[in-house]
Amino acid sequence: MNLVGFYASLDPWVQTALLKTLEILGVLLVVVFSVAFMTLAERKVIGWIQGRMGPNRVTLIGIPFTEGWGQPIADVVKLLFKEIVLPANADRVLFLLAPMIALVPAFATWAVVPFSPAFVLADIDAGLLYVLALTSLGVYGIILAGWATNSKYALLGALRSAAQIVAYEIAMGFALVGVLMVAGSLNLSDIVRSQSGAFGWNVIWLAPLAVIYFISGIAETNRAPFDVAEGESEIVAGFHVEYSGATFATLFALPEYANMILIAVLTSVMFFGGWLSPFDGYLPATSFLAQPSFVWLLGKIVFFLFCFLWFRATFPRYRYDQIMRLGWKVFIPLTLIWIFVEGLMVYWHVGPWRH
Amino acid sequence: MNAVRNLTKTLLLGELLQGLGLTFKYMLKPKTTVRYPEEKTPQSYRYRGLHALRRYPNGEERCIACKLCEAVCPALAITIESDVSADGTRRTTRYDIDLFKCIYCGFCEEACPVDAIVETRIHEYHMENPGENIMTKDKLLAVGERFETMISADKAADAAYR
Repeated sequence: MNLVGFYASLDPWVQTALLKTLEILGVLLVVVFSVAFMTLAERKVIGWIQGRMGPNRVTLIGIPFTEGWGQPIADVVKLLFKEIVLPANADRVLFLLAPMIALVPAFATWAVVPFSPAFVLADIDAGLLYVLALTSLGVYGIILAGWATNSKYALLGALRSAAQIVAYEIAMGFALVGVLMVAGSLNLSDIVRSQSGAFGWNVIWLAPLAVIYFISGIAETNRAPFDVAEGESEIVAGFHVEYSGATFATLFALPEYANMILIAVLTSVMFFGGWLSPFDGYLPATSFLAQPSFVWLLGKIVFFLFCFLWFRATFPRYRYDQIMRLGWKVFIPLTLIWIFVEGLMVYWHVGPWRH
Repeated sequence: MNAVRNLTKTLLLGELLQGLGLTFKYMLKPKTTVRYPEEKTPQSYRYRGLHALRRYPNGEERCIACKLCEAVCPALAITIESDVSADGTRRTTRYDIDLFKCIYCGFCEEACPVDAIVETRIHEYHMENPGENIMTKDKLLAVGERFETMISADKAADAAYR
C-alpha cells in the first residue's frame, strides 16, 4: 500500500499520464461544481435585482447560516431521479446522443485555459484555434437535439440557435483577430503574457473589440437577452422542450453554464490580462499585489459571470431580426473598422507597439 | 448633428448602461420579503379567520339559537337546529359551519346579538380527511374555549368603534 513508492516505480510516461488524468479530473470537478453553484448565484442575483431574496430554504446538511446553499444539490438530485421521457416519434439514438455532443466541447475547451502562470492542462501553440473550433462545435448538440425531438418548436429553436451562432461566431473571430495582432501568438498563455506592464491590457487598446467579444459570447451561449433559441413566449422552450431529467441537465444546464464560465474566462484572458494582477506595472514588480496568480483570474471570472446574470435581469429579449441585424450589420463592420484602426496603431507605433 | 449624437450614444451603450445602473441600485436595496414561518406580517385584531363559539364566564353557552347568523350567511354555510334544553332555555342542538362554503365575510359575527359566534385571528389550520371541513358545535366551542383570552381582547379593542 505504499502509493508513493508505487508511483515512483512507474514509467515516466505512465507517471505523466496519471498526473494529467488527475489534473483533468480536478478541473472537471471544479467546473461541474461551479456550474451547480452558478445556478444558485443566478437565482440569487436575479432575485435581489427583482427585490426578492432568491432561494433561502435548503441548508448544506443542516449547517446554520447556509440557507439556500444546498439548493443546487437538491436540484441535481431531483433532476437525476426524474424520468427521461422519450417522445414517440423521436430519433432515439440522436435524442440521447445530442446532450453528450453538447457537453463534450463545453468541457474539452477547458484544456487550454491558462489558470495561473504555472497551471495549464495543455499549453499548446494553437490554443486559440482550438478554442474557436470547439466553442462552435457546441451548437451541433443543440441542432441535433432540436432535430431528433421531432417537434416543430424544438426544430425552430435549433434553427434560431444555429443562425445566431453563425452570425456571432464571425464577429467573435474578428474580435480575436485584434487580439492576435497584439499578441502575435495563438498560445493563450502567451496572449496573457503579452498584456503585462502598465496599460498593457488589451481592453485599453481594443475596448470596442472587448465589448463586442463579450456580447457575442453572451449570444453564443444563448443567454438572455439573446435567448431566442428557447423563447418561452414563442416556442415554449425551443430545442429542449422534450428533454427531462438527466438529459435536460446534460443538454441544457451543464453546457450552458459551463460555456458561460468559459466565456467569462476567455474574456478575462483575451482582454483583461488573465492571471495578471491589475496592479502589474503600476506598483513595483516586487510588490505583493503585483504578483500574477489564479486569484486575479478568479476575480475577473466572477465579475464577468455577474455581468451575465446582471444582463439577464436587466434587458428584455431581443427580437429575432434585431439579433441578426446586430450580428451582421453592426458587430462585423465595427470589428473590421477597429482592426483597421489597429493597423494604423501598428503603423504609427501607438499603444502596445510603441517600442 | 442629432443623428451623430444618437449614433455615438448607441455605440457607447448609453441607455443600456443606464438600465444596468438602475438594476444594480435595486439589487442593493433592502428586500421586503417576509420569511413566512419564521417571520409573520402584522395582523389586524379584526382579522376574520377560523370561527369559534363563545361561553359566558360562568360556562353557559352564549348562543340562543336565534338563527340570525344562519339567515344572514350569504354562502349558506351555517346549519342550526334548536330545542328546549334541560333548564328550559332555548339552545342549539346542532351548529355546523361548512368551512368550504364559508367566505369569511364576518356577517355572522355582525348579526349575532350575544357575541356568540366570532371569527378568530387563526388562519393557519388545515384538514386532512374529508368531512373535517364541517365545524360542528363541539369543535366550535372547543376553539372558543382555547382562544377565549385572544377573542375577548380583540372584542375589547374593537368595542370603541361599535
